[in-house]
Amino acid sequence: MNWTLALPEIVLACIGMATLIFGVLRKQDSTLLCTMFTIGGFVIAGFLVYTGNYGFGFHGQFVADPFSAFNQVLILSGAALSTILALDWNRTQGIARFEFPVLMLFSTVGMMIMASASNLMTLYLGLELQSLALYVLASFARDDLRSSEAGLKYFVLSGLASGLLLYGMSLVYGFSGTMDLASLHELLVQPTSASPGLVVGIVFVLVGLAFKVSAVPFHMWTPDVYEGAPTPVTVFFATAPKVAAMALLLRVMGTSFASLVGAWQLLVIIVSICSMLLGAVAAIGQTNIKRLMAYSSIGHMGYALIGLAVGTSSGVRGVLIYMVIYVFMTAGTFGCILAMQRKGKAVEKISDLAGLASNDPMLAMVLTVFMFSLAGIPPMSGFFAKLYIFLAAVQGGLWTLAVVGVLTSVIGAFYYIRIIKVMYFDAPAERFDARPASLSFVVAATGLFTGFFFLFPAPFVSAAQAAAAVLFR
Amino acid sequence: MMDVGLDHYLVVSAILLVLGIFGIFLNRKNVIVILMSIELILLAVNLNFVAFSAALNDLAGQVMAMLVLTVAAAEAAIGLAIVVVYFRNRGSIQVEDVNLMKG
Repeated sequence: MNWTLALPEIVLACIGMATLIFGVLRKQDSTLLCTMFTIGGFVIAGFLVYTGNYGFGFHGQFVADPFSAFNQVLILSGAALSTILALDWNRTQGIARFEFPVLMLFSTVGMMIMASASNLMTLYLGLELQSLALYVLASFARDDLRSSEAGLKYFVLSGLASGLLLYGMSLVYGFSGTMDLASLHELLVQPTSASPGLVVGIVFVLVGLAFKVSAVPFHMWTPDVYEGAPTPVTVFFATAPKVAAMALLLRVMGTSFASLVGAWQLLVIIVSICSMLLGAVAAIGQTNIKRLMAYSSIGHMGYALIGLAVGTSSGVRGVLIYMVIYVFMTAGTFGCILAMQRKGKAVEKISDLAGLASNDPMLAMVLTVFMFSLAGIPPMSGFFAKLYIFLAAVQGGLWTLAVVGVLTSVIGAFYYIRIIKVMYFDAPAERFDARPASLSFVVAATGLFTGFFFLFPAPFVSAAQAAAAVLFR
Repeated sequence: MMDVGLDHYLVVSAILLVLGIFGIFLNRKNVIVILMSIELILLAVNLNFVAFSAALNDLAGQVMAMLVLTVAAAEAAIGLAIVVVYFRNRGSIQVEDVNLMKG
């Protein structure tokens, strides 16, 4: 029983509870202090993950390895970026309450547990800790009808997905006799031990997890929740939970059920192709930029799933690099969307960006970088994300996926470039309010990362390589 | 007199699961019914876990059932809270009224 392996999660949870008590007991408004504590907690947890040992803890229920550490650091960065972005936005929109960072923190603890789960029980515990906090966050603007509707929709559909995932887990448990991911892997090395019940269970698990990464056909909640939820919550939705769910998918499918690849590979391929197509086509007609980003994220998850479908070490490496690049460019794009406020009121139409280049040239330039990156145009980071994925697909012999991927990126480029056209060539609309410093900081940092990733890809690639190698021992 | 075996439990729980899923998608009236359907799905899962646990002679399934019960309670509490917030804003919890965002 080696509980020190879970030190980052334990410390972060304790900081969360202390922050909650502090916020409740303090008479004055403590939003700023609680946000600072939360960000501090993320930094401390990130440090502990980075310096922590590797191994199995809690009787094999919990694992710390390069794969979990890679994903946890990424989850923590995504969460920290969204917490920073939330502070000023919540204040101008009048929903600044100290519970907000605390909920983000607890959700992040859940995601870290998801990345470290080595047993179906731990997996479910982490998943629910994450989801329960996310339900509340989605409906956090409690006097806003759209936010509460987003919360309601997310709750119902996510509850259904959790139910299906659980049902799959019960079948897997019943037909294999174990909930331990490593034992499942050993058991399934002889494919004869895979009964039909087990395969049905795996399909249910896949459905539940596909919902969490919002892959087609389980994406229906994404546009509504992205549009309705308060924008900082949307930033959070688009970054950290996606990483956690993708980590789970990779670990469960890529290790435990790896021997049954024939049973689920076709499903992943179909889901991936459908996500890429829908992400490219459905976004074209959107006028709301948050909704457009929702379809964009569906498409990006489709690209990332190619790596899972390939099922090799280089495929998993591709997914991990993709997630790093995706988190930073998405956080940056949403940072720009958060800057879209007029007289303290948030606007979110694409036409509101008209003439941004003359009103705020810096913001327009950074947003251009993000749009090029989302479209996958070199030398932005988004190009390299797709490059590693398509490379793995071609090496793995899945030509169809690579071809569909390239075609859909070309279609998708249309609506990203349309945004750039609106910013640079349309008649200027009214100016946005002055940007808060925190927002400029996040946008500049993620913009630099996105724009200059091509100069220093080596550390990320080697870290992803080491993380992916763990799954293929 | 017929013996009740594992198969019977699995069939009952599969029926409960399907009822729950249909309850969510075919229900056009009330959001509360959807909450009940989600609970039904979780109960189906619990039945599965307990039945498998007894059949495999392994306690892990029952531990999992307890965990699911706890989480289901927390989930119901949050769900009802969201429904209350929604009702205060919209003045109705009819499923067909949950349609502000579409497309």
